[in-house]
Amino acid sequence: MIARLLEGMPRAAAVLLALLFALMAAAPLFAGDYLLTVLILILYFAYVGQAWNIMMGFAGQLSLGHALYVGLGAYTAAALFVHFGIGPWIGLAAAVPLCALVGAFVGFLAFRFRVAGVYFAILTIAVAEFARVGFDHLDWTRGSAGLFLPVAQYARNDLWHLRGHPVMFYYILLSATAIAGLGCRALLRSRVGYFWLAIREDEEAARALGIDTFRYKMVAVVISAAMTAFAGVIYAFYYNNLFPEQVFHISRSIEIILGPIVGGIGTLFGPILGAFVLTGLAEMLTGALAALGIDIPGAKQVFYGICLLAVIVALPEGIWPWLSRRLGLGSDKP
Amino acid sequence: MSALLAIDGVSKRFRGLLAVDRVSLAVPEGAIVAVIGPNGAGKTTLFNMIAGVHAPDTGTIRFAGRRIDGLPPDQICRQGIGRTFQIVRPFPALTVEDNVMVGALLHRRQAPQARLRAHEVLRWLDLYDKRAQRAATLTLPDRKRLEVARALATDPRLLLLDEVMAGLRPTETDRMVAVLKQLNQASGLTIVLIEHVMRAVMALAARILVLHHGAAIAEGAPEEVVRHPAVIHSYLGAEDVA
Ligand SMILES: Nc1ncnc2c1ncn2[C@@H]1O[C@H](COP(=O)(O)OP(=O)(O)O)[C@@H](O)[C@H]1O
Ligand SMILES: [Mg+2]
Repeated sequence: MIARLLEGMPRAAAVLLALLFALMAAAPLFAGDYLLTVLILILYFAYVGQAWNIMMGFAGQLSLGHALYVGLGAYTAAALFVHFGIGPWIGLAAAVPLCALVGAFVGFLAFRFRVAGVYFAILTIAVAEFARVGFDHLDWTRGSAGLFLPVAQYARNDLWHLRGHPVMFYYILLSATAIAGLGCRALLRSRVGYFWLAIREDEEAARALGIDTFRYKMVAVVISAAMTAFAGVIYAFYYNNLFPEQVFHISRSIEIILGPIVGGIGTLFGPILGAFVLTGLAEMLTGALAALGIDIPGAKQVFYGICLLAVIVALPEGIWPWLSRRLGLGSDKP
Repeated sequence: MSALLAIDGVSKRFRGLLAVDRVSLAVPEGAIVAVIGPNGAGKTTLFNMIAGVHAPDTGTIRFAGRRIDGLPPDQICRQGIGRTFQIVRPFPALTVEDNVMVGALLHRRQAPQARLRAHEVLRWLDLYDKRAQRAATLTLPDRKRLEVARALATDPRLLLLDEVMAGLRPTETDRMVAVLKQLNQASGLTIVLIEHVMRAVMALAARILVLHHGAAIAEGAPEEVVRHPAVIHSYLGAEDVA
């Protein structure tokens, strides 16, 4: 199974990936609490970055509102838990179809009525903003007062209810990131993957080759939204509190796309690498500033801006295509 | 016998300009037909109507007996019409092989089968050795060949070629002519080609349609058409006179 999923990968790339995975799997053994929370954040962004990359990197549809799916996933699972005591995995079974449906709605609106390019991106922002305002006034989820999950000290990790130590979340996100990576690779090497790339490169030429571009763009949005729903569920049960103002905010959507941009849009490893680089460096910076007793509000945002600028100027395709060439791994498809 | 492609009185107007004016053409299965005419005559517009980019304002287009005018381009391709673009449109960031893979996957579910087809087509068009190159790095003649390869990979019954010989050297033109002839004879592929390179037209086409200002001014066997007074006057003659 794993062998099939890795088929066609350069040997060196497979070995490096295996090493990275082994290192990550062993990390909780030596990482302290702080490093663990940073790694959790990195994995979270690596996961959602991959989900976003399916839409933008593969199918060429720019979403600037992916916080919508994180928020919907988070609120769905959290509300079901708070109101009915329904566990997160069943909540996930509700969140995924809901996000898929909302993604299909956004996609249908856009692709049916030829809302493309910049206008499509604006539409995704608008829908996320609509959700933010809507949830602010939705009593069922406690509106702007925020939705809180009951927190207590747990004697042991309860995987079924996602109550427990961060290590549990760490392993869940590590598995999700790895599965997402293998899944993206399988998609990209399949029929739908080729059709996505064709649409991204030249939609009219893609249609001339018989590709039902509406359908395949819809597939991309739905898969991406459904994948992102999972991140939302984990987010809710990890942080235990949700505010519309926070989860649906456009800055959350932007954070999601920074990793893939820095790592390499449209590449398989780019979103993962980007999450490590950006979140890793940003946390190091925050740590360093704290150690020096300096408090600069917004330092992280400024740092993100500088990173983005540096990458766009020096490596417009992202770090990974350049790095994989330097490592002799050939093409940017690992 | 009914034609594979039957165009009946199609017109297309762009704002004030009548780009195609009541053109009719019947292309029997297995035929090679050329469409010639000066720049701006409406040749590409005629192709765009067949391929579904524009719906004709008047007239009908039938393919294999079914009405196709007004259908979207992807449906028309799936019915068996492949087309190339005069202004080439490769997928620039993809390799030559992956460009052709996209076409080959239309009627093949699995990538490995599509890859076999892509390799076969790439060999025909002498692009096999360049298959790992990004399409953006190709020279114009190679991009023209890639257009043909990609369209062929979709297994069309009818191939529409829009000036694919332009920019090719004479030896390359002869090679392309030979490839197209071979495909036509071996698999019965029907071809309609827009072409300025008369050397290729004369070598390939059994019939020629001449467009001028959107209207069909002559149609027939190559020898007849090139002697047709209106054609000499409006098109071929222009060079002779000069
Ligand atoms: N999409 C379009 N919009 C407006 N005018 C067009 C369009 N396509 C073609 N035309 C015009 O129609 C006429 C015929 O063009 P075209 O079919 O490209 O000619 P040809 O391929 O014979 O050189 C030209 O005058 C051209 O400017
Ligand atoms: Mg033309």
